[in-house]
Amino acid sequence: MPRFVRYLTPLVAFLALAGLLFKGLSLDPRKVPSPLIDKPAPAFSLTRLKEPEVVLSNADFKGKVTLFNVWATWCVACRSEHPVLMQLARTGKVAIYGLNYKDEREAAKQWLVRFGDPYVANAFDADGRVGIDWGVYGTPETFIVDQQGVIRHKHIGPLTQEIVRDEILPLVQQLEATSG
Amino acid sequence: MRLFRMISACCLLWAAQASAGLEKFDFSGNVDEDRYKELIAEIRCLVCQNQSLADSDAELAHDLRQEVYELMDKGQDNPQIVDFLVYRYGDFVLYNPPLKPSTYWLWYGPFALLVLGIIMLIKTVRQRGKQTDTGFSAQEQTRLDKVLGKDGDDSV
Repeated sequence: MPRFVRYLTPLVAFLALAGLLFKGLSLDPRKVPSPLIDKPAPAFSLTRLKEPEVVLSNADFKGKVTLFNVWATWCVACRSEHPVLMQLARTGKVAIYGLNYKDEREAAKQWLVRFGDPYVANAFDADGRVGIDWGVYGTPETFIVDQQGVIRHKHIGPLTQEIVRDEILPLVQQLEATSG
Repeated sequence: MRLFRMISACCLLWAAQASAGLEKFDFSGNVDEDRYKELIAEIRCLVCQNQSLADSDAELAHDLRQEVYELMDKGQDNPQIVDFLVYRYGDFVLYNPPLKPSTYWLWYGPFALLVLGIIMLIKTVRQRGKQTDTGFSAQEQTRLDKVLGKDGDDSV
């Protein structure tokens, strides 16, 4: 074995390990990739938050790209995310539906009156069963569902203007383009 | 990140009262208590990631324990229940990750490193065995021998 190989091997090994650990620093262990990506959205059928007599189901998502946002009034980060959703709703670029997760109906309705309502409609998931089916483990979470009802993207944590601009909207446009 | 800090704080709070948080289920029917306890100890709580479902008092852990209990009550076996959870939350919910191509590194990596280490050890030991050159000059060797008393000549 040539001498330089002998001396370089530990250096290369060290750099490889350092690179691996450095990458680990920038990963958020709380962001667990969802196994539901590219799978049909889990079926659900719940009452609507504002109209308890009307059902909202994933059939309502068919035929358009949908942003499905999981939120609750007890969720602090949802409060910081809310203005971003309001602004996105104003652009009208994507239909925003909500899953009101383990919340109280009155509290959630008041929240929407007070801070504005970016949602086309909200499904009211009082016991969190639908949340479990969607693999929700922390609010807020946001799913992008395509026209065929397939989950294309999941964002864990609050949406920001940057994330909407750089991740959400490009994906929505791309999905709308593919279906023609 | 504020969210992360909040959650950490909540986890600590929850941990403090975790023992009080476990709900009481009725184990007189279909559900075997030992099997239930074993199963929830093998499943990770995604909210407090270093706790199992059995340990965690997070809201989601309550819901998932309820879910596991109900699935057992319906007569599902452990692989079916694990599949139910993995389908929704991914392999991450398992403390014992399954063997598949994406986890080969995880399972075989340590053994590969061990074999590599043994090979390097054997090589190094063999090389040392061949070495006769002590690195001392003739003069130094003579002095060393003297100090060690090998020479027998104590007059200098």
